[in-house]
Amino acid sequence: MPLLEMTDIHAGYGGANILNGVSIAIEADEIGVIVGPNGAGKSTSLKALFGLLNVSEGTILFDGGAITNEAPEALVRKGLSFVPQEYNVFPTLSVEENLEMGAYVRRDSFRHLIDMVYGFFPPLKEKRRQPAGELSGGQRQMVAIGRALMTEPKLLLLDEPTAGLSPRYMGEIFERILAVNASGVGILMVEQNARQALAFAHRGFVLANGQNRFTGTGAELLADPEVAKSFLGGGD
Amino acid sequence: MPEAGFLSALPINEFVFFINKVLIGGLIIGSVYALGAIGVTLILGILRFAHFPHGDMMTAGAFFALVCVGLAPHVGDVFGLPSAFVLMPVAMAATAAMAVWLDKAFYAPLRRANVKPVVMVMSSVGVMLMLQGLIRLFAGTGTRQLESGLKDIYRIPLAGRDIVVTQPQLLLFIFTAASVVALHFFLTRSRMGKAMRAVADNADLARISGISIEHVVRTTWIIAGALAAAGGTLLALDVTFKADLSFNIILPVFAAAIVGGVGQPYGAIVGGMLVGFTETLAVFNWSVLLRPLRPLLPDFIEIPAKIAFVPTEYKIVVPFFILIAVLIWRPTGIFKGRSN
Amino acid sequence: MARPSSAMRDVSLFAGLAVVIALVFAWLGTAYGVRMLVEASCYAIIALGLTIQWGYAGLFNVGVMGFIALAAFATVLISFPVNTAFWNGNGPALLFWAALYLVVGVAITYALSRTHRLGLPKSLRTLLTLISAAVTYLAVQGALDPAATVIESEAGFVGGFGLPVWLGWLVGGIAAGGLGWIMGKITLGLRADYMAIATLGISEIVKAFLKNADWLTRGTLTVSPLPWPVPTPDELGFVMARSAYLCVTAAMIVIIYVLLQRAWASPWGRMMRAIRDNELSAAAMGKDINRRRLEMFVIGNVIIGIGGAALITFTSIFDPSAFAPLNHTFLIWVMVILGGAGNNLGTIFGAFLVYVIWIMSEPVALFVFQQMEIWGARLFDWQAPADLHTRALQMRVFVIGLTITLVLRYAPQGLIPEKVMKHD
Repeated sequence: MPLLEMTDIHAGYGGANILNGVSIAIEADEIGVIVGPNGAGKSTSLKALFGLLNVSEGTILFDGGAITNEAPEALVRKGLSFVPQEYNVFPTLSVEENLEMGAYVRRDSFRHLIDMVYGFFPPLKEKRRQPAGELSGGQRQMVAIGRALMTEPKLLLLDEPTAGLSPRYMGEIFERILAVNASGVGILMVEQNARQALAFAHRGFVLANGQNRFTGTGAELLADPEVAKSFLGGGD
Repeated sequence: MPEAGFLSALPINEFVFFINKVLIGGLIIGSVYALGAIGVTLILGILRFAHFPHGDMMTAGAFFALVCVGLAPHVGDVFGLPSAFVLMPVAMAATAAMAVWLDKAFYAPLRRANVKPVVMVMSSVGVMLMLQGLIRLFAGTGTRQLESGLKDIYRIPLAGRDIVVTQPQLLLFIFTAASVVALHFFLTRSRMGKAMRAVADNADLARISGISIEHVVRTTWIIAGALAAAGGTLLALDVTFKADLSFNIILPVFAAAIVGGVGQPYGAIVGGMLVGFTETLAVFNWSVLLRPLRPLLPDFIEIPAKIAFVPTEYKIVVPFFILIAVLIWRPTGIFKGRSN
Repeated sequence: MARPSSAMRDVSLFAGLAVVIALVFAWLGTAYGVRMLVEASCYAIIALGLTIQWGYAGLFNVGVMGFIALAAFATVLISFPVNTAFWNGNGPALLFWAALYLVVGVAITYALSRTHRLGLPKSLRTLLTLISAAVTYLAVQGALDPAATVIESEAGFVGGFGLPVWLGWLVGGIAAGGLGWIMGKITLGLRADYMAIATLGISEIVKAFLKNADWLTRGTLTVSPLPWPVPTPDELGFVMARSAYLCVTAAMIVIIYVLLQRAWASPWGRMMRAIRDNELSAAAMGKDINRRRLEMFVIGNVIIGIGGAALITFTSIFDPSAFAPLNHTFLIWVMVILGGAGNNLGTIFGAFLVYVIWIMSEPVALFVFQQMEIWGARLFDWQAPADLHTRALQMRVFVIGLTITLVLRYAPQGLIPEKVMKHD
């Protein structure tokens, strides 16, 4: 029984729909990667899932329950977490305060979770009192992901986590995402660096024009010459 | 106690006059501005619009205090404090409740409809008019004393002349200082305080993190309303209560909030003091300080009776110029708040 | 197409308005009725200026009263009879010196502010500019104070130039436009609420200045009677004189309305619409948005100035303290909002409607409160406060505020939404 099942989703920002029948399914503990050309609806899929825009058709099932069009506040409590591509930290709050805000909905003590995040992202520990806005791009991304982990989500949604990062940081972030996944958190991420991401994806979804074009394991998609020709072009 | 011979040679008289007029005067008005500016800057930072009715909210708070004092005029006698001060928490609570209700009735629906920022400002101006009308309706246009009987006056003798501080003024200073400390702890140690800072930073991300924007908004109005009531009441205690209190206060309060950096509460306090002291210094009669130099100057030089940068009637110009100067040269303010 | 029914609706709205006005005439008499119409027409002119600023440039001019005060002052200066005592005394000479200091000082300060082009480091330039500005200010103030005292003791105030009234109105409009230009240059790039605060601030300063500069305006002693462009009531009687005035203002409304409609239909107008309806793409096309908005702000202020001057001339008294009440500002705003932002015909309608309601609300409010007083005393033995009547008038302020907030909440487009032209 998949952890997440998005079926035939039609969604948009109010005018024309951007998604015209997208289906995505992930099992628990898997890494799913969504790739495709610009405007294909990759980020839109994540936002539709997280209740940030209106789904006009289709259903979303998470962990057995329907969550179509539910508000983000409710989804956070159900085990979903979202890391936006931009503006994904609280710049004037310190690193540790950012993490605390991630745990806002929790009523129990969460000190161990903060330590867990520092375990995943050691550079953050020494900077924990620094305002998050002052950190480098890569470290900010770590804060952003860390914040989302504070609710111990079953599924973590990442929107282009390596956007704008240098290749070195990109590798680091991917490594840590793998570590997070190994600890039992499912990942669904949108990535521009398609080749690298598909390399460790359990499941890959190639989108174009708001619809699925190819679906398979990461390895399958990488090996498929059609996929490589149309969608995995240069630049990785 | 013998006056020290050395001290009596210095122009102590004028010095004390300066302290009384500028130092203490500036502190008083600065504190009132600060209490108002904290609310305005929080609303600007979290709700993203300029709260024009704030001056009237301060007047409303003073009015609630007036009503309470009318109902229980001798409560203060037990403590040796003005009754208005003892009853101030009631006025603060009433104003906070009113602020929350105003938001629910007039601002929240516009937010939900995603209107342009200008429309929010117009609505707030409409609320300002309503409050003004209501206050004048119930309180009339005359002046009233918030405290019957004489105020306690404390005098600190300094070589022949006294530094004068009245009890209400002392209460104002203490209250402002206490508010600053309390606010600091609230914003840096409490969950809700941090959530407020988070929403001011990035409201979308706050929502994504599961923070209840509604709770944060409500807390903002409660703090803004309570502090506004305190500022208005303490000012009215110092001078008198009149319905026109709000007129001349809204511009300096805006100036203080923007100078200090939008959304920065500490900035609002610094801004309030800055505006307060600049005002007091600008209208101060500097020729008084020049008088001791009289014997040193040749006869033909006359010291004018009044040297002031700005005549008292034009006092309003000072905060306005501060405001324009900040908007042109450093729109993010001293503490680098947001600029848009 | 919706066209015929919207024309029907406009006609019926105006017809309804005419009926209401007729009722007022019946109840309160012709002289009062004409007076109300004249004042309403002046407000209509002011509202037309404001609707340009709001409906087309999206600017919230909270400081409307300040511009009106300035224009009215300019009118008084131009049209009031010459005060020979002033011209014969020492006043003019002293004023000349003060003006000289001002011009020279501003020129030097401006020059200093540009010295960075000569290679002066920025901080030095700022310091020199500030010092020069401060010295200029002190010098001018030092020259003005004795001038003011002399003028006030010798002549009371500067008086006027005795020129025709319509010239005064024109100069008033230009003065308001000029102030708007300065203000706009400084504040137009700012976000909406900052601009609102700035307009409020500047109008407060203008009003404070006019109220306190006794040598210029007689301050709280007021200047009256102000000369009229048509024969005054003393000569023709209330109804005839006021009707003559009404002809003047009505003609002005028609002229301004026609000019505006033609301007909007012209290429310039189409460009303004483009900016208003879709700022982003207009900017992409290279139109300098802020300059256009400045144009509209200034033009709007000119019209506001002319209307304001006409209004004050009609009341025949120039009283700086009368500009203080904020509620007049919002009266005009309600007219614009109710009539539909950017809709000229709707604004005129809104002006008349709102003003009639405002005027009627005074006797109504007094009546209601009087009844409250009577019944309160009978039923509850209630002693009304002595100033109940003034408080009753405050109720009107409450009602304006309520109207604005309710209209904004439920009908943001106003009663007569602007017809959107469809290009197919």
